[in-house]
Amino acid sequence: MLGRRLGIGPLILPGAVWLALFFLVPLAFIAAVSFGTHDRFGRVLFDALTLDNYRRAFAPTFIPTISRSIYYAGMTTILSIAIGYPVAFWISRYGGRNKALLLILVMLPFWTSYLIRTYAWMIILRDNGVVNSILHGLGITGEPIILLNTDLAVILGMTYGFLPFAILPLFVSIDRLDEALVSAARDLYANGRSAFIHVILPLTMPGIIAASLLTFIPAIGDYVTPDLLGGAQTTTVAKVVQTLFLSGRDWPQGSALGFILMAVTIIGTFAAVRSLRAEVLS
Amino acid sequence: MRTDRNRLLSAYAVVVYIFLFLPIVILIIFSFNADRRNFNWTGFTLNWYPTLFSNRLILGALGVTLQVAAIAVFASVVLGTFLGLGLARIGRRWRGPLEVLLLLPMVTPEIVMGISLLLFFATLFGGQGSFTQIAIAHITFCVSYVAVIVRARAIGLDPHLEEAGRDLGASAWGTFRHVTMPLLAPAIAAGGMIAFALSFDDLVITSFNAGVGSSTLPLYIYSKIRFGVTPEINAVSTLIVAITGVAIFIAWRLGTFSSSEGRLVAEDG
Repeated sequence: MLGRRLGIGPLILPGAVWLALFFLVPLAFIAAVSFGTHDRFGRVLFDALTLDNYRRAFAPTFIPTISRSIYYAGMTTILSIAIGYPVAFWISRYGGRNKALLLILVMLPFWTSYLIRTYAWMIILRDNGVVNSILHGLGITGEPIILLNTDLAVILGMTYGFLPFAILPLFVSIDRLDEALVSAARDLYANGRSAFIHVILPLTMPGIIAASLLTFIPAIGDYVTPDLLGGAQTTTVAKVVQTLFLSGRDWPQGSALGFILMAVTIIGTFAAVRSLRAEVLS
Repeated sequence: MRTDRNRLLSAYAVVVYIFLFLPIVILIIFSFNADRRNFNWTGFTLNWYPTLFSNRLILGALGVTLQVAAIAVFASVVLGTFLGLGLARIGRRWRGPLEVLLLLPMVTPEIVMGISLLLFFATLFGGQGSFTQIAIAHITFCVSYVAVIVRARAIGLDPHLEEAGRDLGASAWGTFRHVTMPLLAPAIAAGGMIAFALSFDDLVITSFNAGVGSSTLPLYIYSKIRFGVTPEINAVSTLIVAITGVAIFIAWRLGTFSSSEGRLVAEDG
């Protein structure tokens, strides 16, 4: 009523102005700085606008970094879908009255500090950590296996961290699936396997696409996991951005990389939203 | 055959749930480990918890974290409640752009948000990181969550209740204060809890905006765990998990998450 009486404006305006000022404007700053240069004190200069920062972002020196980021995020996405799909399916089919509770249990770890969850994996994976103690205790290994500071550790940590982002959209998609279509396939003598491949999988594809994007996006922007579980040598785009800003003092280069991350995120998110929305409407 | 497969699927789901919770359980268990280097289990102790409260760095960081969280919760709840309510009632024309404005901060990589605010404050105010900078950053990433949660409830409100308030002679503000707000209260409180959890936990955005003397608890932990795993850090972490866990639990009990739809809206915008 407050809205209807005074118009929507006064309700929307304070929040919208806040987000414009402290979210959109700062993003514009990244865009602007990414075309700048810097002096030897790290101060940003705008006297010669340049595309060099973008050129360098795709130069051979950065390619290992970018491909490693894509590799981590890609593996994380594939694993999250593979691990999450059966869980989403199970919640949808067998969750009954507890569906909401089961989904909350999936989300609960996500709500506890990402830093602390990553730290927990350090305890598990380090040389004298939980896994190695168990293997040693069982007499399977003599020397500890190096697990921490490996690609495996990073992918494991990211998959753990972003699995909920895969399970939720998959659940939405599977839960909307009309069980009658599956029954129809069975009546037409499809076995479980071909019913899954020819009916269930194509019909839940929008959910898979959305889940992939919603896992890939945070994974590619994550720097905590590669930093803590991947060790000092593993560089990723996000880690490079952090270094360029906090110690390297090359803000224009960092901004260009940040802007590329942002662009990937925006495009990916809208593709994900569109995919899920098309599903809901159809 | 079919039930066997169902059982297999259920067993698999249980394993995944264990996978989701086991690391946190292990972390908590090791906060009670008597071994100072925290390598092997040498016995149960509660000693690490009292030592936390005599550690000035931890207490200082906790103080900063709580102050930032208090400010972030208050401001984001005020801004987000109005925004969510307005969004539930806005016409078609502006709904799309406004939804995008709300969604974007939720999906933007934290590192991008962190550097954008760093650039913004450094360029305009010569800011080198401060308490104020952290507080503004936290308000910014909390607003969307509150707004989305409030909107979900505001859409379900019966407009007749407000009309009745008006008919009985309440002013626009009076109607809001005595009719709309009590109806929205669970969502507002849930939004506040979520904002608290987000603010209390944040590392990445804070790390780009913190200055000398404005270190938060996650920043303190981050600086410590790079040098190894100690039972004190496990104890602090356990407390953080407990505090945010309680906040999320309360938010859930308030009913915001009771439908899977509401949760998804909160997550995906």
